Amino acid sequence: MHAPSLFTSRRTASEGSAPGSPPGAGQGQEFRRLILPHLDGAYDLARYLTRDPVLSEDVVQDAMLRAFRAFGQFRGTSARAWLFAIVRNCCRTAQARGRAGLTLVVADDSEAHAATEQADPAPNPEEAVSRQSDIERVRAAIEAIPEPFREAVVLRDLEDLSYAEIAEVTGVPVGTVMSRLSRGRGLLAKALLPEANAESDQSRSVK
Amino acid sequence: MPACADQELLLGALIDGELDAANVAMVEGHIARCEGCRGEIERLHAVRNLLGGEGVRYAAPQSLAARIAATPELASRAANESRLPGWLAPGLAGAVAASLAMVALLPPSSQSIVDEQLVSSHVRSLQPGHLTDVQTTNQHIVKPWFNGRIDFAPPVPELADKGFPLAGGRLDSIDGKTVAAIVYHRRLHTVNLYVWPGEGGRERAFVRDGFAVREWTRGGLRFAAVSDIPAGELEQFEQSFVQRAG
Repeated sequence: MHAPSLFTSRRTASEGSAPGSPPGAGQGQEFRRLILPHLDGAYDLARYLTRDPVLSEDVVQDAMLRAFRAFGQFRGTSARAWLFAIVRNCCRTAQARGRAGLTLVVADDSEAHAATEQADPAPNPEEAVSRQSDIERVRAAIEAIPEPFREAVVLRDLEDLSYAEIAEVTGVPVGTVMSRLSRGRGLLAKALLPEANAESDQSRSVK
Repeated sequence: MPACADQELLLGALIDGELDAANVAMVEGHIARCEGCRGEIERLHAVRNLLGGEGVRYAAPQSLAARIAATPELASRAANESRLPGWLAPGLAGAVAASLAMVALLPPSSQSIVDEQLVSSHVRSLQPGHLTDVQTTNQHIVKPWFNGRIDFAPPVPELADKGFPLAGGRLDSIDGKTVAAIVYHRRLHTVNLYVWPGEGGRERAFVRDGFAVREWTRGGLRFAAVSDIPAGELEQFEQSFVQRAG
């Protein structure tokens, strides 16, 4: 019993090659025990990667279904990292599809773009965070940094994954995780800690 | 005084508790001697405290939890034990109801040919460049565009506020007849609404090859909506459309 090509073609490599049959009842229990508790984290990751609340819900639902279907192939130690890798892939697929969809809708109407186009603001982090409440300020600053850094920071500082888990989710070596984290936190410090920044600039010029 | 470039990654790893004992000792020794790296450690802590602040992390909204709970595969034990392949399970209820309906009242085999063509036309339309002949979000452009191309006037209501923005229209062919295809979007999904003159015919709803289909008749026109959105959402589309189209 194999899933039709409709789904296999959209599957990404890291989810495993062979489309399995849906897990049996016992595995369903395991899935609910190991995977479903990470729903919040999955949404958090999708939300910061896509920066789109509606799309995030679609992505996470899709990811949960895919995770369920592929659950028989889960052999790793961290169910959360495994799920997050699927969420990340679903985000990429959805965003690629969103961009492809753009070519279909030639708009004589700018609202069409606004509705269809993935908001992809990469504003200056400093500008993006001005005049907002604390939480919004921090959220906006995170959303404003480039994706590889954003992803690393969200996985580490919001989701509390270990470096090894982040490496597993993002498919890069631990050393790369470290440098991305460092860059990401540096950008956030610059955006969110203006006084500290000024101080250190001062001390730089003095010494 | 800036942090030492060769220590920056290690400083981050230190506050993350990712260094082994030997490296911890080495980096802490360095920090004790280096003002710049002490400042950097403080900044890292400050950033981490901000990021870890309450409310920065998004929690899954209720609507998502409800959607997950309503997904047959994920939610209930019964669904997991179903012998149906997983890809069939979404919209399962609709599919079962529809297939029963088809068995019960389906007369001519030409009906299934039409069903087949509706779905394959929908799939074909999703290929790049095939979706619309007239691309617009403006109903007042789509409606006149059909004039002169077909001998009937399909209603083209605006449904953006119902979550189905208009994307455009095109001519298509179903069962040898020229039909109007009105295209709406649902998030990243596409709804094709086929319209052709036709009296009678029952309301139908079924899922074929994973695509939800709904058909109805109003004002001498037959409507068939096809999409990969969940059957429940397509029902919502039909209701919104019928309500607006009058």
